[in-house]
Amino acid sequence: MKPSALSIICACVWTLISAPANAMRDYIDVVGSSTVYAFSTVVAERFGKTSQFHTPKIESTGSGGGLKLFCQGVGMKFPDIANSSRRIKPSEIDLCQQNGVNEVIEILIGFDGIVLAQSKLAEHIQLTRRELYLALAKSVPNPDGSATTIDNPFITWQDINPRLPNIEIEVFGPPPTSGTRDAFSELVLDYGCHTFDWLAQMSEPQSQAQTSSREARTRKNQQRRLCRMLREDGAYIDAGENDNLVVQKLNANPNALGLLGFSFLDQNRDRIKSAKIDGFSPSFSSIANGDYPISRPLYFYVKKAHIGMIPGIEAFIREFVSDNASGESGYLPRKGMIPLSKSERQAIEYRINALHTIMHQ
Amino acid sequence: MRKASHKSSTAKVPSTIDLVNRNLAKRKRAEWRFRVYGIGAILFGFICLLILFTDIISKGHGAFFKTQIHLQIHFNPQRLQVLQPGAIEQFNNANYDNVIQDALFADNARISPALLSAVDKRQLLSLISTGAVYSLRETLTDSPGVLNQSVGVWLTVDDDVDNYVKSLAHGGEGYTGRLSQQQQSWVNRWIENGQVRQTFNTTFFTSGDSREPEQAGIRSALMGSLYMLLVTIGLSFPIGIAAAVYLEEYAPINRVTDFIEVNINNLAAVPSIIFGLLGLAIFIGFFDMPRSVPLVGGLVLTLMTLPTIIISSRAAIKAVPSSIRDAAYGLGASKMQVVLHHVLPLAMPGVLTGAIIGFAQALGETAPLLMIGMVAFIVDVPADLMDPSSALPVQIFLWSDSPERAFVERTSAAIMVLLAFLISMNGLAVWLRHRLGRSHQ
Repeated sequence: MKPSALSIICACVWTLISAPANAMRDYIDVVGSSTVYAFSTVVAERFGKTSQFHTPKIESTGSGGGLKLFCQGVGMKFPDIANSSRRIKPSEIDLCQQNGVNEVIEILIGFDGIVLAQSKLAEHIQLTRRELYLALAKSVPNPDGSATTIDNPFITWQDINPRLPNIEIEVFGPPPTSGTRDAFSELVLDYGCHTFDWLAQMSEPQSQAQTSSREARTRKNQQRRLCRMLREDGAYIDAGENDNLVVQKLNANPNALGLLGFSFLDQNRDRIKSAKIDGFSPSFSSIANGDYPISRPLYFYVKKAHIGMIPGIEAFIREFVSDNASGESGYLPRKGMIPLSKSERQAIEYRINALHTIMHQ
Repeated sequence: MRKASHKSSTAKVPSTIDLVNRNLAKRKRAEWRFRVYGIGAILFGFICLLILFTDIISKGHGAFFKTQIHLQIHFNPQRLQVLQPGAIEQFNNANYDNVIQDALFADNARISPALLSAVDKRQLLSLISTGAVYSLRETLTDSPGVLNQSVGVWLTVDDDVDNYVKSLAHGGEGYTGRLSQQQQSWVNRWIENGQVRQTFNTTFFTSGDSREPEQAGIRSALMGSLYMLLVTIGLSFPIGIAAAVYLEEYAPINRVTDFIEVNINNLAAVPSIIFGLLGLAIFIGFFDMPRSVPLVGGLVLTLMTLPTIIISSRAAIKAVPSSIRDAAYGLGASKMQVVLHHVLPLAMPGVLTGAIIGFAQALGETAPLLMIGMVAFIVDVPADLMDPSSALPVQIFLWSDSPERAFVERTSAAIMVLLAFLISMNGLAVWLRHRLGRSHQ
């Protein structure tokens, strides 16, 4: 017992010490959004199989977590690429610069549609963003028309608009940490909220002379709170991060609606269908041309200092934006990503080529 | 009054045996009820387990089989773009898509010679797994003689087709998913012609993760889990036993040891994500170790399992009767000899049980691994402790969150593999306990 235990300890301690502190990393390290993860992994896998480089390692940390890791610094132990389902924030750019990450290349790869799905058995529902705001916001404008808000009184969809079915408002969706939820708040609730004139004008200065910047900011925050807070009385049901779970719940409850990524709708068409929003059903074309209102951009950010340091980064970027991958009939749209238009893709390719010439000077 | 009562009581006072008899039926009923509660509790657990197992197995068994179709592949050097004869290196970069395309068109032309539109062509191609090119590359590299020959090959189909064929086998209309009418009719023709078969899905055990369900496997996750477990066993077992022996046999009883004991008991109840944060700060932050490697994962899990092992080992050591120690001291054994020759061997079954339960817990842990970057997409099978890898429970989590329908059955199949792993570990614990228990009696 004793000698073997000792030798194991020795072996382990030795491994610990000999663990190369900053060994050459020969694979690309990608972190970030779980939405982009679904597409980034497909590219990584093909890249690993068809190029002479190793398969990149893709971590699913969420957009915020990924960018935070990404901005920790330049060097082998920091990620090379961050995936994000939103644009990088100014505070994150600041963090990057504090840590010496000065040059970051932003690449837009496509869009992700957010759909409001319902069970296939349910009666088809058509909604506007204003109706969705009224159904799901914590406090809604007072129906008597005055510029005040009341706690959301609506119980059934019919209460909001007589045209809508007489069923209880029940929406399954992701928790506050999710990017899908952020996008929904911004693109649906905020938009719906701004269809009320007094709420929309709230952030505008009342009288230009006296309004201090501080006052303007509090008004803006107040507006944000009124517009984006989701109700907490059970009409919006937090169903966790797992979209497959939402599909199952919709299947069990035909009266409910659920917030999902477009690829989940695409894969489960035998069980669920999508609600029309502002008159449009989500589809590749309606999302790509902007008719369907709820979609968000998918980005990835590349640390310029790492190109040339870690083998294969440039080739990986090229694979990602190639026609074969993100083109209209590429393999990423087959996985549910909404592709960019041809001109947008060309612009990005042009930027990458420009980078190429810089790299070889 | 007193008299009367006395009289009546002398007449009716029951003997002890009467009292016992009167209550007997009630006590027996209570006894019976008590047993029924116990059986009920076990039945409840058993039914839950049964539901879980039937659910997982009914969903997951399909993942152990994959659908393949038989195609006549002509390894045409022109189409493969292999032009220099004898240069085997060219096989790596040859264009296998072309020959698959040709085979599909030839096959299809035999059924419906009508010219195919571009859309039809794409639809036809998408029926075959994108991994088929790698299996063709293997065929060609293994036997370069097939170049310029026509060979019958079984090719794995795309996950949509796989789902469709499997659901057809269950009877009913079949889950068409994303297949178009045209694609369904092609697949139906293949089935009628006997060109479709189901074989054991070796890919599931031999390859790493993939975003194409038909190419996805658990190998990389399984190896990651194994490496982590090795590190955990190698570190936490000796450290845990050494700590337990010292605390039980050597340490004086004072405030310091009390403090240590309280802390160990506390640590055993700390949520595992905290250990992940600790690992992130110490091993990755301070020691500069890379993210996502099994070594760091194993170290974090070591921290997590240590308290469990120390507590159970202490209990097992405490349970060794002191007469054994006294007898050994009486024969002149030193303290170390008492511990190593008498106390530890007798305590071993208990120590092992506790340790293996700790390791099983570590095997199923995902939360701390999230912090150290092991919730990642790993295709290449890790070759050593410093290669990036994921772990089995992480793989289950990632697949359960994937949109592709075919990952549902793979998720359940991975759960089955994890359960098999756990059952064999617990079986090992029982076996060891029996063996060690017998040899020292």
